[in-house]
Amino acid sequence: MLNYTIRRLLLAIPTLIAISLIIFLLLDLAPSDPTANLPLTIPPEVREKIRQSLGLGDPIYIRYLLWCKQFFINEPLNILEQWLGWGEGDRLRVLSWQTRSPVVDLIVERTPQTLWVVGMSYVVGVAIALPIGIISAYRQYSWFDQIGTFVSMVGFSVPTFFTGVLVIVIFSVWLGWFPSIYDTTHEVTDWESFLFQVRQMIMPVAVLALFNAAQISRFMRASMLDNLNQDYVRTARAKGLRERTVVLIHVLRNSLIPVVTVIALGVPQIFGGAIITEQVFKVNGLGQLLIISIQGGDLPTVQTLTFIFAVLIIVFNLVADVLYGILDPRIRYD
Amino acid sequence: MSENGAAVLDVKDLRTVFETGQGAIHAVNSVSFDLKPGELLGVVGESGSGKSVTMMSLIGLLGTTAAIVEGAHVNFDGMDLLKVSEDDLRAVRGAGIGFVFQDPMTSLNPVFTVGFQLMEPLRNHMGMSKAAARSRAVELLELVGIADAEKRLSDYPHQFSGGMRQRVMIAMALSCDPKVLIADEPTTALDVTIQAQILELMKELRRKLGMAIVWITHDLGVIAGIADRVMVMYGGQIVELAPVIQLFENPQHPYTRALLQTVPSVRGSRTERLRVIEGQPPILFSPPQKCSYSARCNHAFDRCLSADPKRIRIADGHDVACFWDPETGGPRDE
Repeated sequence: MLNYTIRRLLLAIPTLIAISLIIFLLLDLAPSDPTANLPLTIPPEVREKIRQSLGLGDPIYIRYLLWCKQFFINEPLNILEQWLGWGEGDRLRVLSWQTRSPVVDLIVERTPQTLWVVGMSYVVGVAIALPIGIISAYRQYSWFDQIGTFVSMVGFSVPTFFTGVLVIVIFSVWLGWFPSIYDTTHEVTDWESFLFQVRQMIMPVAVLALFNAAQISRFMRASMLDNLNQDYVRTARAKGLRERTVVLIHVLRNSLIPVVTVIALGVPQIFGGAIITEQVFKVNGLGQLLIISIQGGDLPTVQTLTFIFAVLIIVFNLVADVLYGILDPRIRYD
Repeated sequence: MSENGAAVLDVKDLRTVFETGQGAIHAVNSVSFDLKPGELLGVVGESGSGKSVTMMSLIGLLGTTAAIVEGAHVNFDGMDLLKVSEDDLRAVRGAGIGFVFQDPMTSLNPVFTVGFQLMEPLRNHMGMSKAAARSRAVELLELVGIADAEKRLSDYPHQFSGGMRQRVMIAMALSCDPKVLIADEPTTALDVTIQAQILELMKELRRKLGMAIVWITHDLGVIAGIADRVMVMYGGQIVELAPVIQLFENPQHPYTRALLQTVPSVRGSRTERLRVIEGQPPILFSPPQKCSYSARCNHAFDRCLSADPKRIRIADGHDVACFWDPETGGPRDE
C-alpha cells in the first residue's frame, strides 16, 4: 500500500505540471483584459503600459515559467525560510493583479469561510445521507423510501441558486429568522456571538447539505440494495445474528466501500464547487474569490486557484483509492 | 407422521406463500415430516420443487421477502417455531439448527475474516469471551480438516478455495452444537473430487457429533450414499417418503420412478439418449386442486385431474401421494 501510494504521488507530478500548463494556455486564450475593470477615463496608452508592467508583453513561455518559478520554488522556499528563520523569505511571490497582494495570502484568508460553510454542509450532508440511504434500502418502497426518493430528486435536480434564493425569501424576508448575508467579520467570542454564527450559517449550510445529501443518499441506497440480497446476508441471519447486526455490520460494511469512495471524491468540490452558493449568500470564500478574479481578468489568481483545485482532486482521488484498498480486503495494490 | 414422539424436528402441514406482483405463489403446500435424532434425511426434487423454501420457512429465513409461512406446527426442542417470538426463533437459528448453503463462494462475507465470522455465533449464542470463542474457532476449523487453523482465522474468505470455504461454512453451522443441521445442496457448487471430500467429512462429523441432518440435493447418487430416509418433493409437496433402500428398490410415485430412470448407468451398454422427464415443474398460483405432477405423468387418469392425492402409507415408514399403483398398473384402492 505504501509503495503504491508513493508511486501514485510520483506519477502525480508530471500530471500536475501538464495540468498547470493546460490551465495557463486556456487562460491565455481567453479574451480577458486585466485593465477592463479600471475607470474609463484612463487613456488607451496608459492601459497598454499597465499591461506591459504586468508582464503581458513577454512571450507566453516566459510568463508560464515565471509563474512556475514563483509558485513551485519561491513560495515553498519563503515559507521554509520563515519557519526556520534562515533567511528573509522575501523572494517574489505570485501576486494578484487586482490587489497586488500575494495570491497565497488571499487564499489563506478566505479558506476558513469556505471550510466553515461549505465544509460543514458536506459533513451535515453526509451525516444525514447515510442513515437515509440505509433506511430507504432496508425499507424499500415504504413511505419513508418514497419520500426520501422524492426529496433526493428535488434536492439533486433543483439548482442551489434557486433553493438559495427561495430560503432567503422565506426565512429572511418573510419570517426574518436568519440574516440573508453572511457576515465574515463576525467573531465568535461568547455564547451570543456563537448563536449568531450558527444562525447565519444555517441557510447556506442547509441549501448545500440538501444538494450533497441527495446525491450521497442515492448512492448509499443503491449500494445497500445491492448487498441486502447477497448470500452472505442469509448466512448471517442463519447464524442467528440480530437484524441490527446483520444490517449495520455485515451489509453496511460492504455497502460503504463504494460510497466512501464517492464521498472522498466529493471533498475537492468543497473548495471549488460552491461558487454559486457562496455568491447567493455573500460568503467571501474561495468560490467568490475565483469569481471576482475571473471578472477582473486577474490571471495569476485564477491560475493559482484552479491549479490548487487540480491538486486537491488528484490527492483525493488517491485518498479514495487507498480507502478502497483498506476497506475491501480483496483489493491489494502491491 | 408424528407417531415417533422422540422426533427432534416435527413439521405438520407447513404452507408457504409468496406475495408477488403476478399474484400469490404457493411454494410449499401442506408439507409434513419428522426428523429423528441422529438421522440423515435426504430431500430430493428438481429446481423449484420447494426443497430449500421448505427448510428456510422452518426457521424464518425468508423473513425480508414477502413470504407468508403458516402451518399446524413445527415442533423443535419443546417449542413450536411457528408461534415463538422473533427473538426465540433467532436463538434457534445457528444454535439449535445450523444451516449450510449451496454456494460457498458467496455465502461468506468478503470483508470480514473467517475467524470473525466463526466467532460471531459463539459469542452471540453461547456468550463466550473473545479468547474462548477464538480457541473454539480453532477447534472447529481443525474439526473440519483445515490445516494451520490458528493462522487461518485471520484470513479472509477470498484466501480460501471453494472446498475450504465450504468447510468453513460447515464449521460455522456446527459451532454451537446444533441438534439439527440443514445442508442446502452443500456439494452442488463444488467439483467432483471436492464433493467426495465434503461428503466424507459430513459422514465423519455425523459419527462424531451425532446431530440429525437434512440434506437437500438433486443428486440421487449422493442421497443413495448417505441418507437414512429420503423425501421426494414436487410442486411444493412431499410426493414420496421412504427409507433409502425402499425408495431405490421399490419406488412408488411416477415422479420418483422417472427421477431414478434419469440417472445414467455407467455399467452395461450405453443407452441411445439420456432419459429426461418431459415438461416443466408447475408454478402454483393457488393451492393444488389436482395432482401437480399429472401434466407430466404417463399414468395420469381422470381422478388425478379432479383431486390432489393425499399421502397414503403403503409400508412401514413408506408413504406416497399418488392414485396410481405400480403393482397393478391401475388405480390404487384406498
